[in-house]
Amino acid sequence: MNELTERIAVTSDQDVVRVRQLVRTVAVAVKLSLVDQTKLVTAASELARNTLVYGGGGTVEVCRVENGRRHGIRIVFTDRGPGIPDVKLALTDGYTTGSGLGLGLSGARRLVDEFDIDTELGQGTSVTVTKWCR
Amino acid sequence: MDRVPVLKIGDILLVSIQIDMEDQVALQLQEDLADRIVASGSRGVIIDISALDIVDSFVGRTLATIASISRVLDAETVVVGMRPAVAITLVELGLSLPGIRTALNVELGMDLLARERGDGETGDEDEADVPRVPVP
Repeated sequence: MNELTERIAVTSDQDVVRVRQLVRTVAVAVKLSLVDQTKLVTAASELARNTLVYGGGGTVEVCRVENGRRHGIRIVFTDRGPGIPDVKLALTDGYTTGSGLGLGLSGARRLVDEFDIDTELGQGTSVTVTKWCR
Repeated sequence: MDRVPVLKIGDILLVSIQIDMEDQVALQLQEDLADRIVASGSRGVIIDISALDIVDSFVGRTLATIASISRVLDAETVVVGMRPAVAITLVELGLSLPGIRTALNVELGMDLLARERGDGETGDEDEADVPRVPVP
């Protein structure tokens, strides 16, 4: 059972802050531990910034998910940007095409339980992450 | 746009980040601090992040840049008050903040800066344990 909580359009720095706040609220509501809340909000911040900076803006959807007895949060970051030519390379620590540290994508993957990337050149990128309650 | 206030206490600049900063606010803080270090001749900068519930790679990089800029301007930076969950997350993210000095709270951060400046000098150990009060 998936239940969409909210969709945020990401077109500015302020929206990245709103994504962090929404994810924090939902993470508290599904009773993630404090460390897991912190990890998920940090991952969401990295990915929302990627959506803005590399994808030229997009949307972020936050869902509460349930799988049997497990509860969790799923967040989908979607943009219609240039796509990622080499996903494996993009997931390498320290690799960046921008001016950052190259930790956003690879670091975010380490902070969540499930991580999926769907990208097509010229069409855009969609990153889906899930964090489950322990 | 919000702005993070920079307070001068003796020859230290104290920054307490109390808001969830937009990226632009973090960049503005970087500039404000560089200006204030030069204008005030401060030898130390303390950045209190105890109110931050996350530090992502952007904020982490900004803290590292501030530390580098202040060092070039002859001031030491100490980041204080990091929450345990933030520390765990930062390290897992891959950001261990090399080159940044840390202390557990503002008081210990001030001690650290006082000790550093006391190095090589004698007779000013009183600086280390007297709580500093703002100079009028």
